[in-house]
Amino acid sequence: MSAAWSRVPDLLAQHLLLSFSALLVGLLVSLGLIIWSARSATVARIALGFASLVQTIPSLALLALFYPILLWMRSIVGDGLPALGFLPSLLALSLYAILPILRNGVTGLANLDPAVREAADGVGMTPRQRLLMVEAPLVAPVLMAGIRTSAVWVIGAATLSTTVGQPSLGDLIFTGLQTQNWTLVLAGCIASALFALGVDALLGLAEHGIRVRRRWMAFGSLGVLLAGVLIALVPMLPTGQKTVVIGAKGFSEQFILARMIGHRLEAQGYHVEYREGLGSAVVFGALTSNDIDVYVDYSGTVWTNYMHREDVPPRPEIVEGVRQWAASQHGVTMLGALGFENTYAFAMRGDDAARRGITRISDLRAVAPEMALGTDLEFLERPEWAAVERAYRLKFRDARPYNPTFMYRAIASGKADVITAFSSDGRIAAQHLKVLEDDRGAIPGYDAILLIAPKHADDAAFATALKPLIGAIPVDAMRQANYMVDREADKKSPEFAARWLEDRLGLTP
Amino acid sequence: MPEPARSLGQSVAFDRLSKTYPGGTTAVGSVTLEIAAGSFVALVGASGSGKSTLLKMINRLIDPSDGMVTIGDTPVGDTPPYALRRRIGYVFQNIGLFPHMTVGENVAIGLRLRGESDTGDRVAELLDLVELPADFAGRMPEQLSGGQRQRVGVARALATRPGLMLMDEPFGALDPVTRDSLGNAIRAIHDRLGLTTIMVTHDMAEALLLADRVLVMSAGQIVADATPQELVAGKGGEEADALVAIPREQAHRLAALEGK
Repeated sequence: MSAAWSRVPDLLAQHLLLSFSALLVGLLVSLGLIIWSARSATVARIALGFASLVQTIPSLALLALFYPILLWMRSIVGDGLPALGFLPSLLALSLYAILPILRNGVTGLANLDPAVREAADGVGMTPRQRLLMVEAPLVAPVLMAGIRTSAVWVIGAATLSTTVGQPSLGDLIFTGLQTQNWTLVLAGCIASALFALGVDALLGLAEHGIRVRRRWMAFGSLGVLLAGVLIALVPMLPTGQKTVVIGAKGFSEQFILARMIGHRLEAQGYHVEYREGLGSAVVFGALTSNDIDVYVDYSGTVWTNYMHREDVPPRPEIVEGVRQWAASQHGVTMLGALGFENTYAFAMRGDDAARRGITRISDLRAVAPEMALGTDLEFLERPEWAAVERAYRLKFRDARPYNPTFMYRAIASGKADVITAFSSDGRIAAQHLKVLEDDRGAIPGYDAILLIAPKHADDAAFATALKPLIGAIPVDAMRQANYMVDREADKKSPEFAARWLEDRLGLTP
Repeated sequence: MPEPARSLGQSVAFDRLSKTYPGGTTAVGSVTLEIAAGSFVALVGASGSGKSTLLKMINRLIDPSDGMVTIGDTPVGDTPPYALRRRIGYVFQNIGLFPHMTVGENVAIGLRLRGESDTGDRVAELLDLVELPADFAGRMPEQLSGGQRQRVGVARALATRPGLMLMDEPFGALDPVTRDSLGNAIRAIHDRLGLTTIMVTHDMAEALLLADRVLVMSAGQIVADATPQELVAGKGGEEADALVAIPREQAHRLAALEGK
């Protein structure tokens, strides 16, 4: 329990800085649009229409959309532009923040007593004076109500920024969901809800202060918010330590390996941050752009997804091919293979496979039309699935993606008959699943490989720190560690499993 | 009360002044006339006769389609609207006090726009002029009655010592008792400060009792231009007579009631 809460302060600080920055940008844009809208009904219509449209885009999709947009912009303005992390989150959330502020501002101005405007003109105010001395103070309470709504929305939506590599309280929720650690999920939910309520209450106090003309009330509550920002900024101060960011995709093995990498780098005096839950398509781009420093990928993933290869040579050739391609095309260093493979393994319930006499994927062909396939969230979109379909001509009754944890549940409950299990997963043995032989060699090897960002290409100390992991992790040890985190009872954290694995393999830094 | 040496208002002249709206409606059609400095002129007419439009072209709240307005010797178009308005007092039916400012801040707004900060004495003096207690300066507009608010409106219009006062139905929203007392107060201020005052009203009785000169407007034209005495004597023409007939008839009936 306390382990879950111990991560809250750091993540809360990040969450606060992100959501306040987005709110500030959203506020400035909205104020500009409100002033412009006050002069032109056409502008008001277009601005409100656009803001409403943005609101209909799911916030997760909005965040995801900024990744390709920024990648594209990078091809114009150069590699200095980060496509992951703070910037895409800030842009998406700022857009999200606009509607309530804009709508309240525009309607607030439209509902102002025309006599007050006439009086302002009549006493000889310039349009600017009228705005600052009359319109702004009168619209302020309504505007403040919009800012409050906006703040609550943005703080809630900011939990999703985890998916584009920006740490937030969403890290707890996503990691908890992935590893079925409900304490972690609750910690994330409660922390972000309390944060939203607190900010709303303070802004409410400021709003009340403006309404009843108590300046100390308005400035006092805004002061508390400012103090929060300053406290959140403290960890950002340069500590003299070198910071490295370790990436991880969204499953337990990745969380554990990221921790093992982190432990070694911490022992070398680095300050370590984790970006967890990154999608396969995003994570390699993040490494090549130096947004993350190091992560573990799988040779077959790089081979088929990034190199677009359709041939399936033996495992060592794939690893070597990836090494050369990564170095020559992206300046990425492949330090080596960790020693185990995590391939896509077509698996069935053991008794079901025995009853139907199925041992190979090609045996599935006749029975596939009456079977349901369960996959992880990405598989059906990946070239590996196309390769399997080409090689075996399988037509399943139903093919459905699941979150990995739920995929294993689906096969246990009979909702799925075949799943694309991970060969290093402890649940294959625990659930008595039968792994089917890839008899036509459609699926490439998936050796776990350690990839290092271009900026560390000539960093011998960095490589030396991680070298002991190469070739050091046998698949059965990895399976046990994975199972510790994935099993239903006596669940361990990825941190615990990483320590256990280091202990067992003599890798304690 | 210490008032400036310049105690005379400015003259106002209209030269073929017209206002036509894009739809083709003519609000004011080629009006030419002069208003002498120091006079109190009432502009009377039914709704839609163009009287408010004519008034608002003086302080450029409405810009004319053709012709020009001159104050003193200066065409109003020569001055930026905000600078022009700071030299002209403006009071209108809906008052338009700034609800987020105190009475004192409302009264002093014109002074503040000129960059004056020490306005306390002047505010007290102006409140006294419109017969409100000095401690009203600290109140908010919402705490005042309608008549008190319009007195504040008048004080605000007078704060910068304008020579010209424009009033658009200033008593339109007030009850009869308040109308009467505020009307008398305004006439007294006009005389005391030597202003030029142009007041728009639809109430002929009010115009006859307060003004030196009454202009009757109909369909964008001045159809009568006479003193109250001339109008009452039936020298204002047909349309003016129709308007004068109503209060005259009322007065006769009231007198008849008294006589019984």
